[in-house]
Parts: sequence; structure tokens; C-alpha cells
Amino acid sequence: MSDELRYYLNRTVLGRMPRRAFLGRAMALGMTAAGANLMLSSGLRAQEPVKGGTMKLGMQGGGSTDSLDPGLASNQVTFQICKLIGDTLVELDPKGGPVIPRLAEEVTSDDTATVWTFKIRKGVTFHNGATMTPADVVATVERHSNEESKSGALGVVKGIKEMTVDGDNVVMTLNGPNADFPYLMADYHLVVQPNGGKDDPTSGIGTGAYKVVVNEPGVRHVFEKFDGYWDDSMGHVNTVEITVINDNTARTSALQSGQVHYINRIDPKVAGLLDRAPNVTVTQASGKGHYVFIMHCNTAPFDNNDLRLALKYAINREEMVEKILRGYGSVGNDFPINAAYPLFPEGIEQRTYDPDKAKFHYEKSGHSGPITLRTSDVAFSGALDATALFQQSAAAAGIELEIKREPGDGYWTDVWNVQPFSASYWGGRPVQDQMYSTAYLSTADWNDTRFQNEKFDGLLRQAKGELDEAKRKEMYREMAMLVRDEGGLICPMFNDFVSAHGEDLVGWIDDPNQDNMNGYVTHKCWIA
Amino acid sequence: MHPILKFVAQRIALGLVLLLAASVLIFAGTQILPGDVAQSILGQSATETALANLRAELGLNEPVVSRYFAWLGGALQGDLGTALTNGQDIADAMSRRLGNTLFLAGWAALISVPLAIILGLIAVRYNGRWPDRLISAVTLATVSVPEFLLGYIVMFYLAVQFRWFPSVSTVYDGMTLGAKLNAIALPVMVLVMVVLGHMMRMTRAAILNVMQSAYVETAELKGLRPFTIIWKHAFPNAIAPVVNVVMLNMAYLVVGVVVVEVVFVYPGMGQYLVDHVAKRDVPVVQACGLVFAAIYIGFNILADVIAIVANPRLRHPR
Repeated sequence: MSDELRYYLNRTVLGRMPRRAFLGRAMALGMTAAGANLMLSSGLRAQEPVKGGTMKLGMQGGGSTDSLDPGLASNQVTFQICKLIGDTLVELDPKGGPVIPRLAEEVTSDDTATVWTFKIRKGVTFHNGATMTPADVVATVERHSNEESKSGALGVVKGIKEMTVDGDNVVMTLNGPNADFPYLMADYHLVVQPNGGKDDPTSGIGTGAYKVVVNEPGVRHVFEKFDGYWDDSMGHVNTVEITVINDNTARTSALQSGQVHYINRIDPKVAGLLDRAPNVTVTQASGKGHYVFIMHCNTAPFDNNDLRLALKYAINREEMVEKILRGYGSVGNDFPINAAYPLFPEGIEQRTYDPDKAKFHYEKSGHSGPITLRTSDVAFSGALDATALFQQSAAAAGIELEIKREPGDGYWTDVWNVQPFSASYWGGRPVQDQMYSTAYLSTADWNDTRFQNEKFDGLLRQAKGELDEAKRKEMYREMAMLVRDEGGLICPMFNDFVSAHGEDLVGWIDDPNQDNMNGYVTHKCWIA
Repeated sequence: MHPILKFVAQRIALGLVLLLAASVLIFAGTQILPGDVAQSILGQSATETALANLRAELGLNEPVVSRYFAWLGGALQGDLGTALTNGQDIADAMSRRLGNTLFLAGWAALISVPLAIILGLIAVRYNGRWPDRLISAVTLATVSVPEFLLGYIVMFYLAVQFRWFPSVSTVYDGMTLGAKLNAIALPVMVLVMVVLGHMMRMTRAAILNVMQSAYVETAELKGLRPFTIIWKHAFPNAIAPVVNVVMLNMAYLVVGVVVVEVVFVYPGMGQYLVDHVAKRDVPVVQACGLVFAAIYIGFNILADVIAIVANPRLRHPR
């Protein structure tokens, strides 16, 4: 089979090319119709998972400083390691539906969404042979919510007031109602460890499909299939090998030269070119991450809503998606939520670039003189270019932006959440409630737009306890409108997760929840 | 005491003083890095409580001077401490990285030094003629291209197009020597190209300088073959400047190859250092700085000693 034909077959099997088109190409390449049909059906049959083999991932986002402690995981490699070595109680659905049961077979709550009961799966063993018990679950959450915890999930679990073991169940009582609580328990830091990892958080022992064989932080990690894994439906390959390749060009070369099967974080600038290379498929999944410019609503001159609106109208979102993300993303609408979230409020009017409106609001605000916008290449990929585009489109509306480039070192300490107007990035959260509580509640630590709105805070509190989804969706619409029209967030774009795999990696599905098919590329894909 | 031994002892003593001075500089330098260790470790999404807890745990609230002496005392006993970020023993982790770096640098040196000297000799032999010009042009070209670009070029042709060598040079325990050599083929190639020009030009210039001497003319008049004159009479007298340049490049191969390491994903010291600088993992940065300083000073002492030993006038002072 020629490379070209194999490439088309692969795309057809993935559903990226219509069957008819494949048959047409195959015949153009000299095959008979019957032969092409036969090839297609055997190609589709090959979708049955093949067991065994080694899956090699070349990944950006690891360093020699990485730890095996799931609580400290904060980059793409440690995220993937958490997914490999452990399981959480529940998992997010790729299609945005309710949570999928994992170590908890069933999740129920009382009428007020305050007391949550997780029925823990029986017969699950840890890599060290011990049986996983509800007590381990409680200990895990305890470790992450401890006062002295350094865990990345601290914010998620600090809403839990009390935990008790009741037979096979773990009962968690919250400080207040939270209808989204199960989604929070899908946080990848919260993989269950023996005795919660209190004895040795970095042991790498969990209930996951793969156990640690080699751990060289920042260089390479090797995992072997755990024979006693409870879920037969996933974990097809015998060995998973992660090589940390932080350099973009080196990563794409490694994939093109066949040294790895999969690479993450493709620079949008090269994604289009890479997709044209033979034997390589570039995938994109619209994620919840967004690139933003943030204004402090309580600091002059941004304490004037007309000035904020002027700046919101002065940015060209379509141009940014096209030039910064090269189409690998979607336009934002000045609130931090997109359709990847459950209960996304549809039908809110898209704000577009409008120099006249920008000029109108700018003049109404009474402000004059340049406005300083701080930026850095670490704010997000392409931040410097995006800032320059913003400067140009604002200049057309008569608004002068003065760009101040800050060093990448210390940007997150000294500029973000400190200076009144800067470029930034948000990775998104599993549910709307968490996103808003983290960054838009008046009292939130990371209220990086200094958004103080009593009505918004009230709605957020109310929505937490509302179990009727239609009503909650309506509340989320109101909240989105408040942030969009009165907040300090300029959200030009949501970026996609762009990754690529070779033709021998099969079983890819798009999952908007996180990179690497939400970490399940190693579990649900196989090597053909 | 033999004057050479005395000289070597002096040099080593001086080197130790230098190293001590370097340790002060390294320590002071790491103190003025912008940003905060705790914030860097926990990232953007850290809460105040988590930050305060981590700072207390890391002992960042102690005074600077007492931290310096505690660190120096530990380092003198071979205890470099543990990494703040992942709790690994620094001496342990670093010795593996250092081993990898020396492996890569060693092979690059093994190829580049003889090659540079031989090319230098050939350039002198055919001074001003086409072999000289060709050698100079090629080595100057490779030394002028930034090393990451050289890396991408060889990667594109030799790894992606022809698939002769792997583009990812990760080496690990349990690989055979052959597999390791195959893995590091491309970075060695790039490093050789990067250091070749400097050493070749210096060899050529130093020997040409000597070629003006009266004794070389005498040798020519005796009817010796040009290569014999260069190799036996001119080169030994040009060793001192050549050794200096060779040592400088050796030191560079050990401490300055971080770009090549990143491009080829080679687990050496450079990448290790950069990762830890980014995370403000101060003990590791200090330990790396100290090792780098020691290597630099060591190579310089070695260059001095070889220059002395190679020079009869200095070897047998009247």
C-alpha cells in the first residue's frame, strides 16, 4: 500500500474523510473499486483494540524538578503520570455529559446537594497488592485538604467539612450546597493512593492501569501494564514510554522520524504544515483554556466601565484566532466559559470588533493618554504578537495602548494579579461554578480582574445549590452577561489542544477536558 | 622540591581560592534571582496558605549568611543537599547527569581535537592554497551558524529525511555502548562542528607564527619534508597556545552545551541546571554552579601545566 493511500485510509477510519472520498482517491491511485472496498472494511475492522506493544509519547511540559507526588503535579507530563498510575473516583465525560464512574461506582446526594455519597468499587487493588478501601479514599482527600497541604487540589477539596466511611460508601459533607461536586472529584491530583499517600506520597503506587518502572524526571518515564487492573476495557499496550521533549522542533522531528507515536502541544504555527506530512495526523480538541487580557475593575482608569467596554470593542477576536492560533481555536466572548462546559448558556450575542463603539465608549469614559498593557512571552504562546495586534486595532479606534514587555521570570508573581492591565492565560476548570468561584467571586484569591459584584456573587451561591439544571443554566446565563458587560476580562480566544500522532497509533477520540484525550491516550489507544 | 611540582601546587592552591570566591558569587547570585522559590514550584495556581507552608518547610526564612556557611560546610563534605522541588538527592542526580555530559563532551572532544589539529597542520602545509582556503571556509561557516540551527539542519536531513540516526538522544542505563553512540551521533556531530573552527584556526595561526622562525628555515634548508618540519619542529613549539584553546573548548563542551542538549533532548547537566533555575531550585543551581566552576578552573590549571611541561625553557629553569 502506498503511503498516500495508507494516509487516506487512516483519515477515513478516524472519520476525518468521507468513505466516498476515500474510494475515489483509491481508484485514482489505481485500485479497483472492489479492492478499495475490501481495504476499507479491513481498515475499519482494525478498530478492534490490539493488545500489547509499546506506546511512546514525546511530551512537552516536563522538567527535572518533577515529582511523583500527585498533589504536586502541575505540568503536562506529571498530569499524564497521574492518569497512568492512578484513578480518581469519577471521570469527566468527553462529550460533556454527567461524570463517568471510576473508583466510585455510584454517586448520590441529598436534596440540598450538601451531603454526597460515593459508593466505592470493590475488588480494586493497588500496585503493591493491597486492596483499595474506602479508608484509602478518605485518607487521600484528607492529605490534599490538610492545612499544610501543597496540593494543587487544595482549592477543590477545601469545601469539604467532614468525611466518614459508611460500609462501602464514603460520605462527604460539604460546607454548603454544591451541585457540581462530583465534577470536582475528577480532579487529576486526587488519584487514590494507599493510605492516601500519607506514608510516602512519591511512591508512585496507585490503582492505575500502569505502574512505574523508570522515573527519571525531565528525561524519561517508563510504565508497565499492571496485571491486576480492574478495568478490562482500557490499557491495551504493555509498556508506555514518555520522553520529555520540550523543544517544539525536536518534538515534531521525533514524531516524523517515527521515534515516538504521539506528541502533545503542537505550535499552531507548524500544525498546518505538520498535518500535510505523510503518516502524521494532527488532532485538535476545543478545550476550556483561554488567552486573556485582564483589567482590574477597581483601579483607575479601569474602574470606569465605559473604558473597559471601549477596550473590549477595540480588540479583533477573529483576527487573533486566525493569526495567533492559526485557526486552532475559537473566539471568546469576554466571559470565561465556552461550549466545552456542561450547561453552557447558548445564544449570547458575540461581541465583535467595532472601532466606532470603542471610540464612543472611550470618549464617554473621559480618559485620555496612553494606557499601559503589560505582556510577556510566558503569558501565553504568541502573547507578544497578540498584544501588538491589540495595539493596532485599538489605535484604529483612537485608543493608545502602551505595551510594556515584562521578563518571563517572575511574571506570575510580579505582574499577573498585581498590575492593573496585563496579558494572561487561564487553563479552565471542569465546571462553570469552579471557574467563576476561582476567579470572579469577589472574595476569590485569584480574582485577577478585581471583579466585585454582589448580584454576581449571589447568583453564584444560588446556582451552587440549584439541582434543577434548566434553572441553573439560566443563572449561568445571567452571570455570563454580568462578566461580559461589566467585568474586567477581555477574552479574545479559546485555544484548542493540538496534538499529533503517527499512523500506527489507533483509537483516537477528541476529548475537550484536557490534553492527551484527557490523559486517556495511553489507555484507550493502541499500537497497530 | 622540583620546580614543576611547586608550580603545580601553586596553581592548585590558587584554583581553590578561586573556587571559594566563585562559591560566594554563586551563592550571592542565586539570592538575587527575581521571583520566589515557593511560587515557582507551585506555579500560578498556588494559594497563599500553600505558599507559606512551602516557604517554612524550605527554610527560606533563615538569614542569608548562616545559610551560606551551612551550604558551604555541606558541600565540602560532599553533601549538596536535596532538591527542593522533587526531594531527590542532588549529588546522586547530578552525578548521573554529569556522567552523561562527560560522555557526550568526551566523544565530541575525541573527534574534534585530533581533527582540528590535523586540519590545522594541513592548512599550514598548504598555506594560502585551496586546501587551506577550503578548510578555513568550512570551519568558519560551521562555527558561525548558531548551534540550534545546525542541530535542526542535521536533524532534518539525517533523522527525518534519511532516518540514519535518531533525533532524540535520550540515553539511559541498560543501553549498550553501541546504542548509546548511535543515540548521541547527531549532537556529537553538531558539537564537533561548533568547536572545530576555533581550535583549527588557533592551531593554524600558532604554527604559522613559529614557521617564521630561523630554525624552521634551517630545517627547510636541510631539505626536510614540509610535514616533518611542521609536525616535529614547529608544532611542539606552538603547543602552549593550542592547548589553551583546546582546554577552553573542552570546558565549553562540558558547561556550555545546554542548547544542544535541549534540541536533542539529551539528559545532561545543562538541561538539569536550566530546569532548576526556572523553578528557583536554589540548592541545585548552586551545586551545578560549583561543579561548573570547578570544571572550568580545573581545565585551566591543566592547560597551564601542559604548557609548562611542553616548554623546555620553563621545564628546566636556570
